[in-house]
Amino acid sequence: MTLPPSIEEQLKELKEMLKLNKAQMEKLRKIAEKQYEKSLIEPGEAVGVVAAQSIGEPGTQLTLRTKLLAGATEMTVTQGLPRLIEIFDARSEPSTPAMTIFLKPSYATSEAKVEEIALRLLEISLEDISKEINVDLLRMRIEIELDPAKMKKFKVKEKDVLKRISEYFKSAKITTGAYKINIKPKEEDMDIKKLYRLRVKLKGLHIAGIKGIKQVLPIKFGNDWIIKTAGSNLKEVLKLPEVDIERTKTNDIFEIWRVLGIEAARNAIIEETLDVLKNQGIEVDVRHIMLVADIMTNDGTIKGIGRYGVSSAKASVLARASFEVPLKHLFSAAVKGEVDELRSVVENVMVNQPVPVGTGMVDLRVKKGDKK
Amino acid sequence: MNEIIRDKIGAIEFRMLSPKLIKKMAVVKVITPELYDADGYPIDGSLMDLKMGVIDPGLRCRTCGGKVKECPGHFGYIELARPVFHIRYIPLIYIFLRSTCSSCGRLLLPQAEIDKWLKKMSEVDDEKKAIITKIIINKTKLIKKCPHCGAKQERIKLVKPSTFMQGSTKLTPIDVLERLKRVPDTDSELLGISPAAGRPEWMVLTVLPVPPVSVRPSITLESGERSEDDLTHKLGDIVRTNQRLLENLSAGAPELIIEDLWDLLQYHVTTFFANNIAQIPPARHRSGRPLKTLTERIKGKEGRFRKNLAGKRVNFSARTVISPDSHLAVNEVGVPEVIARELTVPERVTEWNLKEMKELVKNAPHKYPSANYVITPDGKRKVISDETRGAILEELAPGYIVERHLRDGDIALFNRQPSLHRISIMGHRVKVLPYKTFRMNLCVTIPYNADFDGDEMNLHIPQTEEARAEAEILLGVENNIVTPRYGLPIIGAIQDQITGCYLLTKTEELFSQEKAAELLASIGIFELPKKPAMKKGGVKYYTGKQIFSMILPDIDYIGTSKNCPYHNVCNNPDCKYKKVIIEKGELKQGVIDAIAIGAEAPKGKLTQAIINKYGNEVAIDFIQKAALLGINFLQRHGFTTLLTDTDLPQEAIREIKDAFNHAEKKIDEIIKEYHEGKLKAYPGRTVRETLEFKIIEIINRARNRTGRIVESYVKPNNYTMIMAKSGARGGVLNLALMAASVGQLSLRGSRIRKGYRNRTLPHFKWGDIGPAAGGFVRHSYKGGLTPTEFFFNAITGRDTIMDTSMRTPKSGYLQRRLINALQDLKVEYDNTVRDASGRIIQFTYGADGLDVTKSDHGKLLIPKEEVLK
Repeated sequence: MTLPPSIEEQLKELKEMLKLNKAQMEKLRKIAEKQYEKSLIEPGEAVGVVAAQSIGEPGTQLTLRTKLLAGATEMTVTQGLPRLIEIFDARSEPSTPAMTIFLKPSYATSEAKVEEIALRLLEISLEDISKEINVDLLRMRIEIELDPAKMKKFKVKEKDVLKRISEYFKSAKITTGAYKINIKPKEEDMDIKKLYRLRVKLKGLHIAGIKGIKQVLPIKFGNDWIIKTAGSNLKEVLKLPEVDIERTKTNDIFEIWRVLGIEAARNAIIEETLDVLKNQGIEVDVRHIMLVADIMTNDGTIKGIGRYGVSSAKASVLARASFEVPLKHLFSAAVKGEVDELRSVVENVMVNQPVPVGTGMVDLRVKKGDKK
Repeated sequence: MNEIIRDKIGAIEFRMLSPKLIKKMAVVKVITPELYDADGYPIDGSLMDLKMGVIDPGLRCRTCGGKVKECPGHFGYIELARPVFHIRYIPLIYIFLRSTCSSCGRLLLPQAEIDKWLKKMSEVDDEKKAIITKIIINKTKLIKKCPHCGAKQERIKLVKPSTFMQGSTKLTPIDVLERLKRVPDTDSELLGISPAAGRPEWMVLTVLPVPPVSVRPSITLESGERSEDDLTHKLGDIVRTNQRLLENLSAGAPELIIEDLWDLLQYHVTTFFANNIAQIPPARHRSGRPLKTLTERIKGKEGRFRKNLAGKRVNFSARTVISPDSHLAVNEVGVPEVIARELTVPERVTEWNLKEMKELVKNAPHKYPSANYVITPDGKRKVISDETRGAILEELAPGYIVERHLRDGDIALFNRQPSLHRISIMGHRVKVLPYKTFRMNLCVTIPYNADFDGDEMNLHIPQTEEARAEAEILLGVENNIVTPRYGLPIIGAIQDQITGCYLLTKTEELFSQEKAAELLASIGIFELPKKPAMKKGGVKYYTGKQIFSMILPDIDYIGTSKNCPYHNVCNNPDCKYKKVIIEKGELKQGVIDAIAIGAEAPKGKLTQAIINKYGNEVAIDFIQKAALLGINFLQRHGFTTLLTDTDLPQEAIREIKDAFNHAEKKIDEIIKEYHEGKLKAYPGRTVRETLEFKIIEIINRARNRTGRIVESYVKPNNYTMIMAKSGARGGVLNLALMAASVGQLSLRGSRIRKGYRNRTLPHFKWGDIGPAAGGFVRHSYKGGLTPTEFFFNAITGRDTIMDTSMRTPKSGYLQRRLINALQDLKVEYDNTVRDASGRIIQFTYGADGLDVTKSDHGKLLIPKEEVLK
């Protein structure tokens, strides 16, 4: 008999822990095989409901507190019930995106190096390095005054800033002075409203670092240094040569989907959920969370648990109607001429018939008078 | 129960109602708004016409001849004098008017394109069809000229709620009806109405179905006055307006009057369907209460779907207060006799139980074990009373069914709300007891999350053989010891039961033959351990471990206890006293504590080992015996909690004081550094944040030290400490809270900062950011808090209450959504997990196919002891 990999793993661990010899190992395998057969799940088991209950029941024990400072030097991250809801809702962006960046061994040990890398990650916009960005209405141009101190801090050179701006405003006329840049746009853009809009755009102009990374914090993790960030940009971070691609994480599930695909997103859902529960000291078996993650990602996209996600994709009209906004579903069913085949649970409850899970799954009917 | 289900509902189809069908399914045309004649008898052709069913007992339905409970009710109809819009179809009508030609009724796309889309539509599922419809609507929006007949298209506007304007002229429902009639089936399909489901013109009502009387029953008040249902009122308005409109039309009244009446009819029909549409004032009752019409009946938590269809009221159930009873078995429930007399179990009379059944009937209706009803073979139900008893006794024969009282050993479902997981409903064996509360063993309080401060629980009696079998095998308490949430026992000993077993197995004191026998007899064991530990003066003596071993089955078990039982502070992680060894059902070493027999992760390891080797029945028996042994021993031993538990020796108090003084000094230094600007910020943090972190760090360190001090100075026989060590209740932290210091209070994850300008309370100086002003409580609960400390404590207490009350509904909704999304998933015979439509969600459940309830904390359960043997 072949045992699943996870159990093989378990046997190996046991072998080492108990220091078993060959004969004992043989015995262990026999016992394990017998136990495995005994412990298999039975057909008909309503695993979905059990999973939902197992995650929902301890929900009352979760904190509602959004931010938690775990330890003295961690970043604020949404946790507890709000985070759990966020994951299951499949929000396209987490309320507090964050990354944990691991570095390759050659970089990870020196604090100075890590700090240098961290600073390079930080997103720097034009506003971050300038004293003032003004609109000069008289001359119809925008004046930027750069801040040398800040530029030094973020290691940005004036030359690069200029390059970025000229790249961005190809048609504009740019004049420069000592730490001063004046931008005069094209003739047709000579409009006060447009100038002000341009100023807002300029403020957010990305100069250096990685877009989306709002805060960086190098912290000690075991013997190594890692970087925790607020804000997330997996795609760009993974491009950096110093970064250990295999261990680097983000809590933005949709980003993982875009960058690494749906299977990675599924794993991210499982891990993020486990993380939330573990942080609150709540025990839930992985299998339940796996099932939720699997149904959320079943069709290759991430669907939320709720009215607009998984529940809206159900085949049964009555099942949808019984959840939320029943009338909408009833009228659209009437117009489309839908047929409810009564294959899932609620519809059968509604019409007082056995539900097709568990013991209700078995169907046996005998034709009357057919005695043979 | 003698009904055999031969037919099942296979499918339910949803269609639009056509005027033809409405007339066909109706049994009467309603024409008069008056309901009753002078004698109070329903008028023919009125809304209460007897052809539509009966609601008064005694009367018979004129359509089917059935009585109140037999007749399901029949529809009637109202022929509308002028057509009106169905309010729920307004958006769809609007789409049709805008996307089809105003003169020829064709979709405003060239024929070639129509054919192309039709072909596409026949190939895709419903979801994609909706997308195609959306594309088509967008495409036709701006077309000004019909590609079929060349007519110029004028833009149509919807004036909410239900008026269509073409330019400056109003489109009446008649105009719209005519236009919709011209739309061919193919074009209608592209716009979202499947030809199989109906025709677009049916969205404009020409006849209105009148729901049966049984849907809108009237009630007779005490004064004899009749009070009609909201729907009847609304229908009355419709009939009245309709008749007036009809009369005015035939009399050739001026257009203005007709228009007004028509609008009024539209209003009444609209509010008949939905009474909460924006822009339309809700129709009100005479008292000013808005009428509850069709939409409101269906919608929401109190609506038909969630209140009556997805959940149903049941008979054969009871509810009362619960109270504890340690002498009941874990899988028993004590049922008061008054309830047992009311709840019945149907029992079929056979040759073999005829005598017994007769005895029961003989006792009815006043004595306890008797019966309430008998059901004859032809299905008639007879009450057993003093008058009927004789006759029933006479005719009782095999084939009858006796509904006998509940008695000991019957299976019942026991439930406590909120039913958050499946072990909130379990099958128990009935034990009929005096008094008026349900009694239960203490070990099942955990899965139910019950306590006895006034909790009530429900009891249901399964009525069929199948239901009883399921209640026993699937829901039985003994078969639900292990929770599917994490795969460890959730039923086990609690609190004093654990303390008792802990002390019993720890004590070095010996039990004389007499004492040991007495203790064992109290849990129903009438044997003594085989070999006495000591003999002295002709009296045999036994150890506590030996006594505990008497309830153990023959099992090998190696485990650890929560703490080393012999030292207050045990620094040795491999302390040999921590190891628990059971050999062949004999406790050789260590103590029995929460880890072995408790409930909830990570406890109940010994229970689990017994389940694996001997099965659920032995395990539940073990739990019950262990729990009872625990409290019976504790009763003889004596146990309490004392104020003096929290007393500390002088040197401990001094040490704690020193620790705090030291911490305060350090904090002062840091604050000084901060004010002088010497404090260096952590990377990515401001100086103020850094200061905050440092203060918290120092305070925490001091707090941890006081905890250790308390632990090391507490006497070994300290009751609170015994409870903490055995895992029965509380921890060292709780003791430290009472004895040493409450410590730092935190509000939203940081020190308390809110309050007055620049300070938290007026008792502090401006700008005070020291420990006391930040909510540090130096005193202990026993020692007493200062007024400021007390106030801070109240702040965090209030915050916690707020948090809890906000969280409960949120997590409730999350669970409802989870259940709804996952309820159809089940394991099929090929071991895949599939949803209701057969889509595969997982190829093997949980990647390895293991059932969590049969696992050991989620992993395959492998009895190590057996491998090593």
